Amino acid sequence: MNHLAIAPVLTPLLAGILLLLLGGACPSMRRPLSFIAVVIQIGVVLALMAATHDGAILVYALGHWPAPFGIVLVVDRLAAWLLIITALLAFFVLLHAVQGDDRTGQHFHVLFQLQLFGLNGAFLTGDLFNLFVFFEILLLASYGLLLHGGGPWRVRAGLHFVVVNLLGSTLFLFAVGTLYGIFGALNMADLAQKVAVASPENVPLARASGLLLFGVFALKAALLPFYLWLPATYAHAGATVAALFAIMTKVGAYCILRVYGLIFGASAGPVAGLIEPWLLPLALATLIVGLLGALASGGLRQQTAYLVVASVGSLLLAFGLNRVAGVAAGLYYLPHTTFATAALFLLADAIARRRGESDDRLDPAAAIADAGVLGGLFFIIAVAVAGLPPLSGFLGKFLLLRAALDHPLLSWIMTAVLIAGLLGLIALARTGSLLFFRALSPPAKASKPLPALLLEMAPIIGLLLLILGLTVAGGSIVEQTRAIAAQVLQPQLYINAVMHSGATP
Amino acid sequence: MELLIVLIIGVLTACGVYLTLRGRTFPVVLGLTFLSYAVNLFLFAMGRLTVGQPAIIDPRAAAYADPVPQALVLTAIVIGFAMTAFVIVLALKARAELGNDHVDGRPAP
Repeated sequence: MNHLAIAPVLTPLLAGILLLLLGGACPSMRRPLSFIAVVIQIGVVLALMAATHDGAILVYALGHWPAPFGIVLVVDRLAAWLLIITALLAFFVLLHAVQGDDRTGQHFHVLFQLQLFGLNGAFLTGDLFNLFVFFEILLLASYGLLLHGGGPWRVRAGLHFVVVNLLGSTLFLFAVGTLYGIFGALNMADLAQKVAVASPENVPLARASGLLLFGVFALKAALLPFYLWLPATYAHAGATVAALFAIMTKVGAYCILRVYGLIFGASAGPVAGLIEPWLLPLALATLIVGLLGALASGGLRQQTAYLVVASVGSLLLAFGLNRVAGVAAGLYYLPHTTFATAALFLLADAIARRRGESDDRLDPAAAIADAGVLGGLFFIIAVAVAGLPPLSGFLGKFLLLRAALDHPLLSWIMTAVLIAGLLGLIALARTGSLLFFRALSPPAKASKPLPALLLEMAPIIGLLLLILGLTVAGGSIVEQTRAIAAQVLQPQLYINAVMHSGATP
Repeated sequence: MELLIVLIIGVLTACGVYLTLRGRTFPVVLGLTFLSYAVNLFLFAMGRLTVGQPAIIDPRAAAYADPVPQALVLTAIVIGFAMTAFVIVLALKARAELGNDHVDGRPAP
């Protein structure tokens, strides 16, 4: 058994505990320790990516209890892909946090590491109830992070976020309980086997619990009827936290791909294709609604939050095509949109700091300091987010549309994606010209003392370099995502790996 | 017994949903608590209802109760308890910062 598989879960947990213990005694240790933990995670995940590159599926049985009796952690290509995206995002977000954001409240680094603990665990676990537990861990850490820094509007947004997610957790438990009640299994591979041979009288119950789970994941991913919590929450969170939360909606998308590829996938017999009629139309509607929101937003942070909603729409649209090319396009688009929206959140903060009273509101105001650098970066990010050539957003959309060419709903998909592209372009062009061109007077005084420009821009430039890497290495990365998609859509590989792992010591 | 359990879960859920939809934070927190009680009972009942059966191995036992839902429900109770404590503190903080206990932070008209 390869102990590397549990390292992405243990590293942030141990780092979080250590930070909690040391935090009071020597505060100067916090930042280096947090950085070391994230760098170790990047190293570990790279090793895991290398180990799963050839299609191997690593199964780690906790306490050596073989599946389906114990809890297993499973590393396949998909899990490794999401882990590396999380770790890289965490590195650059931390780089932004240490410029002062981590001092505005207590225990930032502890919560940050615990958030990574929950995220990594959710990507790795092969057990449905364990997935619930990791969801709760990442949510509890995110509640703390969201309230970091305080302020009445943040508390109000936090209250909504917490209540909505608690309701989601309750529904998750109802769904898991029903599945256990019918099939007596919680391990996802075991469930997949049992669901495929469900007796006719159990099929309606299995369908009900599967759709209930879909509702929960749609809530986490901010799919159309359940996206209302997202804009207020992300717009009121601190820049660092909002940038980290760029990965949170992707957890929901990942769970949809995992659970509905594995348990309710093509080989699930009576419940195969359970969410197919729902996912695609909802994703299209989410895409359009998100961009209409972005168009109507009164502030840059809120606009970015709506762009996150729209990106979830594109992502789930790609997954909803339910074919290798579509899922591969989605998995290529996923890191792109995560990094791009995170960079935009960080840039929005840098802009807001320089506008004094106007903050990030989209009103004409005094010119901002360093407008050349900020404007240039805004332009590049806007090109990436709107999906214009030459950056990876364009490649992602192109792959998505090519995958949809022979889909029965092609006309709808084509119309929605192209209209969405236009709306995104209009929204970002309007924002850019308002912020940078329509200056009323010489630069306003910054509301807070500013850190050195290059240092402040370093995380944003780093995230943009990652996007550039995605573009330049596009060929080999698309090859990789295609391999991931092929593996995800063959659930038998996963089931065999998990169910026959018990014999190996 | 089945009917009684079903009724209890149903009534708890109905109360929970009603209270969660109220406009002030205290009923919302109470509603969430009711919902978590309902789901805990539901999880417990998913191991089928048995009376007086052991959940761990006992040479004299003729039959067993399913131990897995008991473990699940323990986990769910602990998590639910922590979340309730958190949301109460958050509601108190919102009351202090916003000056009223409406979930949207505005006084009733």
